[in-house]
Amino acid sequence: MNIELFFQYLAAGVTYGTIYAIVAIGFNIIYNTTGIINFAQGEFVMLGGMTAVTLHAFLPLPAAILSAVIITMIIGALIEITFIRWLTSPSVLRMIIITIGISIFIREAALHIWGEAVRALPYFTGTEVTVISAGDVHISPQVLWVIGISAVTVVLLTFFFNYTLLGRQMRACSSNRDAARLCGISAKNMVTLSFVLSAGIGALAGCVVSPITYVQYDSGTGLAIKGFTVAILGGLGNSTAAIAAGLILGILESFSVWVMPTAFKDVVSISILLLILFVRPSGIFGSVEASRLKEF
Amino acid sequence: MRSRYAPVAFFIAVVIAVQFLTLIIDRPQYLTQLTMAGYYSLVIIGLCMLIGYAGQISLGHAGFFAIGGYISAFLTTYDLMPHKGNALAGIVAKAGLLVTVQDLYGGDALVFHPWIACIAAICVTVLIAYVIGGPVLKLKGHYLAMATLGFGTIVYKLVLGTTFFGAADGLSDIPGFKLLPGLEVSGKNSARIQNYYISWGMVALGMLLLANLIHSRVGSALRAIHSAEDAANAMGVNTGRYKLNIFVLSAVFAAVGGIFLTHYNGGIGPSEASIMKSVRYVAIVAIGGMANLWGALSMGIVLNFLSLRGYFGSYDDTVFGVILILIMLFAPEGLLRREVFRNAKKWISGRGKAEGQKA
Amino acid sequence: MKACRMFAVLLLTCMIMAAPALAKETIKVGAILAVTGPASFLGAPEAKTLEMMVEDINKKGGIRGSKIELIIKDSGASPEKALSFAKQLIEEDKVLAIIGPSTSGETMKIKSVAEEAKAILISCAAAEVIVNPVAKYVFKTPQMDKHAVIKIFEQMKAMKLSKAGVLSSNTGFGKAGKEQIEKLAPEYGIQIVANEVYDKAATDLTAEVTKVKASGAEAIINWSIEPAQSIVIKNARQIGFKGQIFQSHGFGNIEYVKAAGEAAEGVIFPAGKLLVADTLPDSDPQKAVLINYKKDYESKFKDEASTFGGHAYDAMLILTKAIEKANSTDKEAVRNAIEGLKGVVGTAGVFNFSAQDHNGLDINAFEMLIVKKGKFAVLAAPETKKKK
Repeated sequence: MNIELFFQYLAAGVTYGTIYAIVAIGFNIIYNTTGIINFAQGEFVMLGGMTAVTLHAFLPLPAAILSAVIITMIIGALIEITFIRWLTSPSVLRMIIITIGISIFIREAALHIWGEAVRALPYFTGTEVTVISAGDVHISPQVLWVIGISAVTVVLLTFFFNYTLLGRQMRACSSNRDAARLCGISAKNMVTLSFVLSAGIGALAGCVVSPITYVQYDSGTGLAIKGFTVAILGGLGNSTAAIAAGLILGILESFSVWVMPTAFKDVVSISILLLILFVRPSGIFGSVEASRLKEF
Repeated sequence: MRSRYAPVAFFIAVVIAVQFLTLIIDRPQYLTQLTMAGYYSLVIIGLCMLIGYAGQISLGHAGFFAIGGYISAFLTTYDLMPHKGNALAGIVAKAGLLVTVQDLYGGDALVFHPWIACIAAICVTVLIAYVIGGPVLKLKGHYLAMATLGFGTIVYKLVLGTTFFGAADGLSDIPGFKLLPGLEVSGKNSARIQNYYISWGMVALGMLLLANLIHSRVGSALRAIHSAEDAANAMGVNTGRYKLNIFVLSAVFAAVGGIFLTHYNGGIGPSEASIMKSVRYVAIVAIGGMANLWGALSMGIVLNFLSLRGYFGSYDDTVFGVILILIMLFAPEGLLRREVFRNAKKWISGRGKAEGQKA
Repeated sequence: MKACRMFAVLLLTCMIMAAPALAKETIKVGAILAVTGPASFLGAPEAKTLEMMVEDINKKGGIRGSKIELIIKDSGASPEKALSFAKQLIEEDKVLAIIGPSTSGETMKIKSVAEEAKAILISCAAAEVIVNPVAKYVFKTPQMDKHAVIKIFEQMKAMKLSKAGVLSSNTGFGKAGKEQIEKLAPEYGIQIVANEVYDKAATDLTAEVTKVKASGAEAIINWSIEPAQSIVIKNARQIGFKGQIFQSHGFGNIEYVKAAGEAAEGVIFPAGKLLVADTLPDSDPQKAVLINYKKDYESKFKDEASTFGGHAYDAMLILTKAIEKANSTDKEAVRNAIEGLKGVVGTAGVFNFSAQDHNGLDINAFEMLIVKKGKFAVLAAPETKKKK
């Protein structure tokens, strides 16, 4: 076994994993505040990427990304206000179906706005072929951007949820909605805020991974499925665990390519998801007791 | 007793009436899409039992449809001629399970008899449904949805990635399925009317079976499980076993729909296993009313018929997405609920009364 | 814009169903294309091309005085829809011919329907099995995959490369190419050291190309038409693969070259001459047709013309030429006329049909191109001359 080959597969795994992880972070925010898994999260990622590319035609890159994030946040708020806000205690089934419907709607709208063409932002540093190398092991610097931005996002989120008033209000909503309302917290606004945050993070994720993966109108679905696989793997609601779980899944996928025909790579990741769901639904890093207490 | 079967009898009358209608308006071709819609409706009524009566969501039912369709397709097209010398092939041949058909190039091919393929497909479906259903149905809410979504995706990726199943192109040139001498499930124009009746006959049979189930002890148990699972458990109802059995039943309905549609179409492709298909089935059950078999059936006919005739054009998926959103926002118990009719009647008669009083 | 067009087409269809008397004055042509969905790279340009052509033809007075009525159905690359639409178009709309479908999977499902109903089908899909075994009423316009593969192998031999690592996507396009590669490799002395299939929606393929590189491949042959083809070459260069990269004719869209950026430099692939129409010598019979098509498409749709749209162009061209040749709109007569067509200059090549050859193109339909500084350029032909 060639040691450099091993590290190259590892690097490939890290590349895959960080993409999944950054998408997964978005899921956790909405889940933490509302208990909903938002199937449309993948579409926020797609919207962020597509909008940024369109804006990049006449704005410098950082401005384009910032505007795309803000626009997607506004869209996230609009979606929450239009579709979710006035549902009174909806059942889980209903929420799942609505968010699936929303995701289909956004996807088709994107198709009719942007067409089926594929787009990408330019690499943040370097070009398509620049790599950081250690011997015969190479990795694109964009991957380091993805890791870096994920890490910064998680740190900022932790700070937000633990040390700011708004963040703590959101956490209050998720643990006990009625008690929070009794304290004067507007639960409805917290839900909207959580959508806004998730949309923004999703959009940022879309911008930063698009040089690697390209975006097109239907790239949201695939990313969403991987994203919540990773979120569940790490334990729903825990963003740091999501990053770790993402890396684990990515590396497992990469090594599966080494030993199996690549046509079945996705079967591997979904089988891992099913395994976790059957054996330990609270996730690798989740707490079994806490997950039992949560109402879905 | 009479009230239970009356709807089915009425349904059969409607089916016959529609066929004569198509003759009168000289549009016998409508029967094609109606037949296809019929087979999709088999999946939908099975799913309706699962979601509406047993309260378990499944986002992967297209997977069972595909399992039924692909296995029956594979067994009736895989040429065993090159393996003639093989011992296992010899046993199978001697057992009379094989038939000779013409292959693409005019030569002879040795394949399984469609009946054997059908039975094999159903058996495999039952097996998989029991194996998957056990662990999956212990999950709740989002986790159940994700698990069924995962199952559907695995089936999709498997048929997409396996050369035996034709990979991306799927399987074609599947022979017709001779049910009885003179009755064949195939896409030939000459057999159009027969196939229409076969398809809707199966649906009628399915509805009969499910109606029976609902009005029996099983139905009561399911209603108990749906509304208050823990209470039902406390009363001694074996909730786990009921849920699993309904899951397997709905899987078999889906697989049978898959088998027959595959023979009717003469082919199957990986798109039949896709997640969008599963979402569609759920959408139709939701619109028809989660626990309303006839509602789901009628919506199934209408929406599948329109979709297959291309009425929605490029907006096919959008339509289903929008329907999902609207129904969940405004009519989560479905459109065709008795309350909707009652309210409509009240509204109309209330109006009438007010005018009458004014006069 | 798409909505208006779709609505207009639907409206037209409804009107036709309600007014059979009008049918005699127009020539009805049906099209089943994957305008939306996973194969929209194929179907969308094909649909636009057909609409553009029919508008032009009708403006000039139609064929033999009758206008063409185009009925496009969007199958979304789903075979069951393609089947349903095929039956509808043949039996209800009573079209003269069906152009499409866009994918091989769909075509194979409706091949027998077309044969049974004796309806002309001119497919825009590439699989060899569409015309082999030959079916009387079924034709196809894209070039044969095997010719593309042969051209790549000849190039490899000229470059003294013999070990190929093959990557293909899990679509019908990828599968067809993979089959031809596997079948023809022994004949040309090419050894396949790696043979991997990847998902068309893959976001990164570093592990896959690592596996191929580790197998000792001297050249990578990638066969797909999605964005994944740009991802493959990007990842290959990133992990330090220095060998020659070959792409399929699916690379024939400058958007993919742009997407792959620097990684596309030096990639060699077979393509229809549409991509280098400007640099063709004036004596080339295809030049005029190609330049016109490119100009019309790009000015009308503000989008790069692709070779895939060209397949639909060729299908309509062949149909109209056959109608003129047969001087009738009787299906049998037109079918016979198609088989007798020789020297039809289309976008994919020059077509010569016969009773045994329902594709009409030979290996010269392909030109070997190389990417230089982000643009397509014709590659000088290799020294070894091999007959098809």
